[in-house]
Amino acid sequence: MSHPQEPDRHRMIHPDLAVSDDEAPRSPDGHRLEHGAGTSRPLRPRSHEPQPRGARVHGHRPIDQNEAAARFIAAPEHEQMHDERLWDLRQKRDRQMRAIPEWEELREIASRIKQHTLSHLDTYLEQFEAAAKANGVHVHWAEDGAAHNRIVHAILRDHGARRLIKSKSMLTEECGFRHYMAASGIEVIETDLGERIQQLDDEDPSHIVVPAVHKLRADVADVFARKLGTDPDNDDVHYLAERQREATRPLILEADAGLTGGNFAVAETGSIVVCTNEGNADLSGNVPKLQIHSVGIEKIIPQVADLGIFVRLLSRSALGSPMTQYTSHFRGPRPGTEMHVVLVDNGRAARLGMEEFWTSLKCIRCGACMNTCPVYRRSGGLSYGATYSGPIGLILDPTFDKRKYSTLPFSSTLNGSCSNVCPVKINIHEQIFAWRKVLAEARELPLVKRAMMSAAGKVLSHPALYRTAIRTADSALKVLPRFVVYNPLNTWTQGREMPPVPKSTFHDWYAANHPAPAEDPTSPEAKP
Amino acid sequence: MRVGLFIPCYMDAFEPEVGIATLELLRRFDLDVTYPFDQTCCGQPMVNTGCHEEAAATEALFVRNFSGFDYVVAPSGSCTHQVREHMTAIPQTPDVVAVRARTYELVEFLHDVLKVDAFPWAEFPHRVSYHNNCNALRGIGHARPSELHAPFYSKPLDLLAKVKGLEVVELARPDECCGFGGTFCVFEPAVSAKMGHDKVRDHARAGAAYVVSADSSCMMHQRGSAERLGLPLKFIHIAQVLNGAAA
Amino acid sequence: MSADDVVSPRDTILARIRANRPAGEHPRPDVPRFPVLHAGRPLEPDDYVGVFETNLKAMGGKPAPEDADDLAALVRRLFPKAGVVASRVPELAGDIDVAACRPQDLAGVDVAVVRAAFAIAETGSILLSEAELGVNALAYLAQHLLVLLDPADIVASTQDAYHRPEFKERRYAAFHTGPSATADIEGVLIHGAQGVRSLTVAMRPRA
Repeated sequence: MSHPQEPDRHRMIHPDLAVSDDEAPRSPDGHRLEHGAGTSRPLRPRSHEPQPRGARVHGHRPIDQNEAAARFIAAPEHEQMHDERLWDLRQKRDRQMRAIPEWEELREIASRIKQHTLSHLDTYLEQFEAAAKANGVHVHWAEDGAAHNRIVHAILRDHGARRLIKSKSMLTEECGFRHYMAASGIEVIETDLGERIQQLDDEDPSHIVVPAVHKLRADVADVFARKLGTDPDNDDVHYLAERQREATRPLILEADAGLTGGNFAVAETGSIVVCTNEGNADLSGNVPKLQIHSVGIEKIIPQVADLGIFVRLLSRSALGSPMTQYTSHFRGPRPGTEMHVVLVDNGRAARLGMEEFWTSLKCIRCGACMNTCPVYRRSGGLSYGATYSGPIGLILDPTFDKRKYSTLPFSSTLNGSCSNVCPVKINIHEQIFAWRKVLAEARELPLVKRAMMSAAGKVLSHPALYRTAIRTADSALKVLPRFVVYNPLNTWTQGREMPPVPKSTFHDWYAANHPAPAEDPTSPEAKP
Repeated sequence: MRVGLFIPCYMDAFEPEVGIATLELLRRFDLDVTYPFDQTCCGQPMVNTGCHEEAAATEALFVRNFSGFDYVVAPSGSCTHQVREHMTAIPQTPDVVAVRARTYELVEFLHDVLKVDAFPWAEFPHRVSYHNNCNALRGIGHARPSELHAPFYSKPLDLLAKVKGLEVVELARPDECCGFGGTFCVFEPAVSAKMGHDKVRDHARAGAAYVVSADSSCMMHQRGSAERLGLPLKFIHIAQVLNGAAA
Repeated sequence: MSADDVVSPRDTILARIRANRPAGEHPRPDVPRFPVLHAGRPLEPDDYVGVFETNLKAMGGKPAPEDADDLAALVRRLFPKAGVVASRVPELAGDIDVAACRPQDLAGVDVAVVRAAFAIAETGSILLSEAELGVNALAYLAQHLLVLLDPADIVASTQDAYHRPEFKERRYAAFHTGPSATADIEGVLIHGAQGVRSLTVAMRPRA
């Protein structure tokens, strides 16, 4: 059989997505830019739909992801752009994958290097520290997010630094760094465009790699009009990006310090490797006299040569480009400047001891699992009410707060696509499944859910009870499978019609047609 | 060859004709097919909700019903995946291990065990969109998932290629989940319904008259979605098509 | 961060890691060197320039026209409106002495001309380090970047690149694969998000 699902289907555009006036992304001089992370979809006409906001967070109470997702879906222009944009990235990723015959082998090697490193993490961290110190780098260790923030604050204070430019870092999001610094009198300026948009809108990033992917350009025009004084009626993306560049450039030049995250920390050389598309980490690390790199302890890899595996996988998985525009290796300070590295634990060492979940530490934060996740694409990242959203978030977030994020592992259909796109082969969907068990055993399931499962378990293990339940509509309310359709939450009919109810069950039909075991079974006489 | 037929609970309640087609189809190959009378469910609803303790008695009942067969066949990739991969709430006695290892989904049983090369009685002159259930696809290997760099194969499409007149159309998102997800469809209704709507629109745009799948649960959800949107799609289980259903 | 702390955060973290070491053997895997495929066969040195330029273009970079011999003429042709040109190559006298500048002084540079340490055919990337840049910020604060590349300095793959000595010798080294770019707003691709607006690579053997 030929490959019936193989032809290049990116040419198949859904009819209701084809817009009459093709505002395809173009450069200012009119030619179309499509490389790297750029979308291959036409732009839609300007939207006036208000941007849906994220999950409502009430202290440690469990996040209601479905509620926030429902509001996102109720904003169809946002939901559709979000879904299409991320699916487009998934398809770009697939095209890169198909061009590399050894792709699956690369994933396996990357996974094994990470597992090897994580199981010898103490040794590699010590090696990293020694190498970095030999290069003249100051190395700090932070047990948790609060310690990280205090350490960075102290470094800045020692240098009398008042303004810090930074590039995107999920670790600093995890540490609540921006909120902490807001109270310290030190101005923090995000220099990644998406992250800057989110900072100006006082919102968390909704995606690991594309932080403002849930926003339409009209939303950005609105934020920039309020915060940067741009023309609120002009939502041309080139205009918005250029105004941001103009507004940020002086802040970069006048900054006292720069901070970046790190994609990799190389034990052999003590280097921090940062991958960006904008070159903003290079500005943060090369313009001010003081550079700080905040890195999670799981980012260690043993050797420089290992980058030849990870760098090949990272951007191809993330954005479908063969490499990020910039892959930067910071090994030591420039003459007359200081370089600091803060190694942050914040729960990672504890995660290492979780038998079913430690391999989540292999994550290289590419976001491929988010791009492929059908639930994430319809929900928006802010619906998870957590630093990490999407599939990887479902398995990382409960390690930070088991109660608050107890609902998240249920925001998945367990379809498994996430595990297949993961460049380091984390069995994400199996860990989501395993978290459900852990949470049920820890009595973190909602009572109604637990009661339903308990009733279902009782009835389904007693054939006579089950037969009675399935036959009579009223008593069947508590029982699967009717429970799904006629459940007390009455959620089936949200968007779906009820299935027709046949005259009899298969079981009854079989009983009626097979009265004695000896009967000829080949021609059943009656059908329901 | 003694075959125990497992009819999943959704199918028992809502799609008895699929169970009948499965039974008829298996008997065409001169198999000794038995339907153990006390069967209920594989335990998946509880297990997928994390409630393994609550699933233990149901799993034990499943094993009691299906011990001693050469094969257990179920017309559901999802239930087969549960039995084979996740039936761990009970002690793994030799009986349990044997039942789990011998449980096959219908398509893989026809394709891998019986190695059926023709369905001369089957004719289905329609444009068909095939829906891969996620557990069938990624859990038990019905086909090459689109995320992996591996040679293409598809056991269900191999079987459907042997049905006279049947034409398979291509989806824009060939193996995107439809959003059923077991209890997900109840507890996360907004996302579940949206995924269902997007899925059936994809089928309709591809020009399908029928959606065919090896899993009734996904199709129940998709049929409900298509009816809500007023899309003229029809849904039929692969067992019915292979058994020669006229449409 | 006193060394006299009874238990330092460093020791606490390392002790936690040792207490939580995952079970099982996890040996370092062998890492083979994979060839880069071109038209269905492994890339050969004769292909390097062509494949490099194809991949450079795919990431938004531009190969310089081949016919211009004189570098000054090339700069004028590519950037007719350029005011300040900063050169780090002996082939061209620039307008400023980069090595004597603070990073901030380079904000007014229109075009920076530098030589790549080496390049990767597989991705269309070029490597720049402090040795090539003098002041690292030059490659990001300038509006446009013109990079000279000796065809003999192209390696086939990303893996080959990471066996080069620069990563163990230079304090700073960065691959540039096209110009600064962002697609953070509705996926619309923009060049010059924060760094250079264009990246042009001219094939010029080292003098």
